[in-house]
Amino acid sequence: MDKALAARLIRQFIEETFFFSEAESLADDDSFLERGIIDSTGILELIAFLQDTFEIRVEDEEAIPDNLDSIERVAEFLTRKLDGSAEQLAATAEEKRA
Amino acid sequence: MSASCTIDSTLLRIDPARETERIVASIRETVFHRLRRKGAVIGVSGGIDSSVVAFLCARALESRRIQIIFTPESDSSPDSLRLGRMVAEALGAPAVLEDIRSILQAAGCYRRRDEAVRLAAPEFGEGFKCKIVLPNLMEADRYALFSVVVQSPDGRKRQVRLSREAYLGVVAATNFKQRTRKMVEYYYADRLQYAVAGTPNRLEYDQGFFVKNGDGAADFKPIAHLYKSQVFQLAAYLGVPEEVQRRPPTTDTYSLEQSQEEFYFSLPLEQMDLCLLGKDQGISAAGLSDAVGLTPQQVERVYRMIDAKRKMARYLHAAPVLVEPLENSAME
Repeated sequence: MDKALAARLIRQFIEETFFFSEAESLADDDSFLERGIIDSTGILELIAFLQDTFEIRVEDEEAIPDNLDSIERVAEFLTRKLDGSAEQLAATAEEKRA
Repeated sequence: MSASCTIDSTLLRIDPARETERIVASIRETVFHRLRRKGAVIGVSGGIDSSVVAFLCARALESRRIQIIFTPESDSSPDSLRLGRMVAEALGAPAVLEDIRSILQAAGCYRRRDEAVRLAAPEFGEGFKCKIVLPNLMEADRYALFSVVVQSPDGRKRQVRLSREAYLGVVAATNFKQRTRKMVEYYYADRLQYAVAGTPNRLEYDQGFFVKNGDGAADFKPIAHLYKSQVFQLAAYLGVPEEVQRRPPTTDTYSLEQSQEEFYFSLPLEQMDLCLLGKDQGISAAGLSDAVGLTPQQVERVYRMIDAKRKMARYLHAAPVLVEPLENSAME
């Protein structure tokens, strides 16, 4: 998955789910926690969005600010998860062909 | 933040005699004069906070002018009622038992809670017990995401992270308990023309460890300014029964015993007290580190948690919002 596309989809979800006033802006590297945009319940919504939309599983040890605390970090995490899935699928396919 | 100031637990020491007299004077002035009530209703859970409030109210108003209420339900520990009765007997105060389980059943509290738990643990059913817990937030920088622990009748336990829907469902259903208790307390308050005493300590009040319009509702809150360790100091001074003083703080909300650490703070209460004090006094993380036995990074994490919970607590404390302020002599 293209990281820029991932960032756009995540931004759209954030803006639609967590109400912003028109004056507010959110940079890709703004911390959700520091900006007060998402609390711990909101993170559950974000995790549900990622799992349902992209058919991934966010493990307990992955549900950390390093992975989820900004649009940029979520996009990077998502890209890694999806690229990782793609690589695993490719490796599995190679094994079956062998 | 001040990098050079340090802190230690001696800052939490109070003069219990002086503090008692201060609170007692406040209760008397509030109940009799400001609120024009004839006494106080106190929901006593058998825990230290409500016990200390009962003792303070008895001292301020006389035991005959307080009404102690016990409100056990299906998930309450039997110790809660036993220790609550011990407090009432020690004070010689009127006490009444109002078992609220039938109200909770009729409201669907237990059914809704169980349905929400089953979203995460489909096997949860007859004979099972449960509680919700947080991960250890001191081990790493992580979100406070709740899991449910379910225990089968044969004693096996399983822990599953709660989805948003499951978590909110469990909390919303469980909140019936605190709101029902408050409903019963106000019944007695209305009938007796008494004021309802709230029992949160400073940590609970500050960090939003209460249910909006549940145990968060009261006419006065005489220990909301006291750190937990200060409540213990008063308990010893006032002569609260030893067994109540020794009882580990519990939420007494779930069928599996749940400490307040597991539910909310992720730190022993003594450490949370110092962290809250340190934050309020502007002590740097490095300055607090030794006193609280955490690394500076862990203290920073706790300070962030305190800020985050304060933000959430604003909604819990907020009065109704009006479209425009009303000029009314009844409003203060």
